[in-house]
Amino acid sequence: MSGGNFDEMYGTTEPGKGEVRGAYGGYCEWLDEQEPEYLRRKQRDADSEFRRTGITFNVYGEDDAEERLIPFDTVPRIITGGEWRKLSKGIEQRVRALNAFMHDLYHRQEIIRSGRLPQRLFRDNVAWLPHMVGFTPPGGVYTHIVGIDLVRTGPDEFMVLEDNARTPSGVSYMLENRETMMAMFPDLFTQVQVRPVANYPRRLAKSLAACAPPAASDKPVVAVLTPGIYNSAYFEHAFLADQMGAELVEGSDLRVIDGRVAMRTTRGYEPIDVIYRRVDDDYLDPLTFNPNSVLGIPGIMDVYRAGGVTIANAPGTGISDDKAIYSFMPEIVEFYTGEKPLLPNVETWRCAEADSLKYVLDNLAELVVKEVHGSGGYGMLIGPTSSKKEISTFRRKLEANPENYIAQPTLSLSTVPIFQKSGLAPRHVDLRPYVLVSPDGVDITPGGLTRVAMKKNSLVVNSSQGGGTKDTWVLDD
Amino acid sequence: MLGRTAHGIHWMFRYLERAENTVRLLDAGFHMALTRDLVTSEEEWRSVIQTAGLKADYEKANASYSGIQVWNFILRDKANPLSVMDMIDNCRTNARLARNAISEELWEGLNVAWMEIKELFSRPISQRNLGDALALVRNAGTLVQGSLEGTMLRDEGYAFARAGTFIERADNTARILDIKYYLLLPSLAHVGSSLDTGQWDTVLRSVSGDRAYRFLNAARIDSRGIMEFLILDDRFPRSLAFCYSELRDNLAELARLHGAEGECNALMREADQALSETSIEDILDTGLHDFLINFIAQNRAIAGAFAEDYRFVS
Repeated sequence: MSGGNFDEMYGTTEPGKGEVRGAYGGYCEWLDEQEPEYLRRKQRDADSEFRRTGITFNVYGEDDAEERLIPFDTVPRIITGGEWRKLSKGIEQRVRALNAFMHDLYHRQEIIRSGRLPQRLFRDNVAWLPHMVGFTPPGGVYTHIVGIDLVRTGPDEFMVLEDNARTPSGVSYMLENRETMMAMFPDLFTQVQVRPVANYPRRLAKSLAACAPPAASDKPVVAVLTPGIYNSAYFEHAFLADQMGAELVEGSDLRVIDGRVAMRTTRGYEPIDVIYRRVDDDYLDPLTFNPNSVLGIPGIMDVYRAGGVTIANAPGTGISDDKAIYSFMPEIVEFYTGEKPLLPNVETWRCAEADSLKYVLDNLAELVVKEVHGSGGYGMLIGPTSSKKEISTFRRKLEANPENYIAQPTLSLSTVPIFQKSGLAPRHVDLRPYVLVSPDGVDITPGGLTRVAMKKNSLVVNSSQGGGTKDTWVLDD
Repeated sequence: MLGRTAHGIHWMFRYLERAENTVRLLDAGFHMALTRDLVTSEEEWRSVIQTAGLKADYEKANASYSGIQVWNFILRDKANPLSVMDMIDNCRTNARLARNAISEELWEGLNVAWMEIKELFSRPISQRNLGDALALVRNAGTLVQGSLEGTMLRDEGYAFARAGTFIERADNTARILDIKYYLLLPSLAHVGSSLDTGQWDTVLRSVSGDRAYRFLNAARIDSRGIMEFLILDDRFPRSLAFCYSELRDNLAELARLHGAEGECNALMREADQALSETSIEDILDTGLHDFLINFIAQNRAIAGAFAEDYRFVS
């Protein structure tokens, strides 16, 4: 993994060796003037700031559902205005294609008829929801909140690693990382012009309200639906509700009354127009889906189909973001936009296809193999860093159920330095910008969440696997 | 506001108040024990456990009454069904539930206090750091109450918080009085007679009323005066009269915000009127114990109606 990686600050893997790249000019000038001890102290301050504000995530199955901090690194990841403009165009194109794709899949299925997409892809897909067939969500929007995971392999090479179109999380870290940086280094922000992210919750509230259902009044009531305080992202749910001035509801607060979804307030039941749900499809409605779910609202799907409520993201959205569909995204983008994709995919082998499977099995030690429906860094094989035994165990799983896997080359992900006691050290990063979709358009907040592998040479950036985060700057140039 | 959120804020403040009262009780016990010989200090610790309502649980887990066992049991023992650590945990869990209805400062103040208490309480509390442990919990209460005053919007959330504080405080003060009174009395015939002034001093300390009482009464300790002070003196913030005057205002404010009175307002009015028309002579005639049992039941009825009226649970 070492050697050949693109470092976003220096253009080379060895700190201090390369030339500081343009994006980091202002920052590095500032950095050079700081005492190392001051920076070390600020790094410690930042950690206690996160503890103090309770920005933690819960880890299931551990002692007392332990609340953990996601490591935060004080060196920002910086993107120039020019780079961002290019990225935004590519993201917008992709997100429009995703929504058009879902509308088509749940209606005429032109893309299947045209032979560009095999039918088995959705027919056998657990994320496919027959209940959505023939139904168009309010405003025609399927995925209202999208997180597009990007990786960078060179100065001009960004590519999409994953489309998170169901319930992308982490946006609260984007916001809190910025707050923390501004609190720690106020002088830095007067020296470098960074585009703000703080208005995200306001934009989210506006975007959601614009997708209100036909039954809504002029001032739509928005609520965030959470599985509860033991959910790993509960902090984020509470934070977003708080910032939007919306209610934070659980399934037990809601019931269907007179064709509307209503929440139990201190004044009695009051209708909700838009639900930003952070529970999975399966748990939304025990009458329609998992009958054992206590997280959902019995009958909400009927209300939804009758135009009484907007659910964001729409049920059945998961059909567009699993890893099997991902491999077809270039075709999907072209089919619905009539344009070449501006952002490339990572080369992907579909193990369901015999030729690909053979190639993957022959090259396991070089590849990253992922479960089609997996997430969060679970159930995957990273060939180059795995032992012979791990590879042979995985080979058996793959041979037993090849449709369940895709494989990708190990990318030389870009690095951004992290701040260590001994100084700066390069670590691999990815980037998740957050995208809002409404009938008014596609709205991308400048920046996003940069996740960073805190371990040397590691490519795993997931917070559940010990990854950290950085503040992400888009320069105002 | 969601009924569940109102419930969360309300209980956040109830648990906080209960934790605070419990450490005040321990503080008083500790102070008394230090001024006694071994045998009488054992009696004092026994009475602390009794006042905290933990006699059965304590005796299941411990063969004798020593200070260090008692305060560790009350503060942090897993054998205690509701230790002070549990109360603080519950307080914070309820704050998380109501996270988007309380101010950031309120949340952060509590969260930091919780971290510090958890850290200190993770090991047995020795005689040497008992003072720190008690101060930490008491300060948490003061800090959170201060943030509430200084940063919370004066909407229904504030009223739910304050109502929680005063329902709980009224209950705690009544219980301390009741159990102490029983422990203190050699027999019912002694009602109103002169009693061990040191013991009454503990009662006052348990509610942090010793100074205020001395100030008002030129340091003359007598049982009747203390009872009157803790029940009827509405200048003292932990007296029953004070708690009820605050509670009445908060319930009235909620009724005003909602444009309608509930069952809890009717019960409150009744209770408040009865209390304001009661003199210490009436209480002694009825018997303090009967008066307090009646008060505690009434308080519980108000709390129950309150939860109903504002749809705390479905």
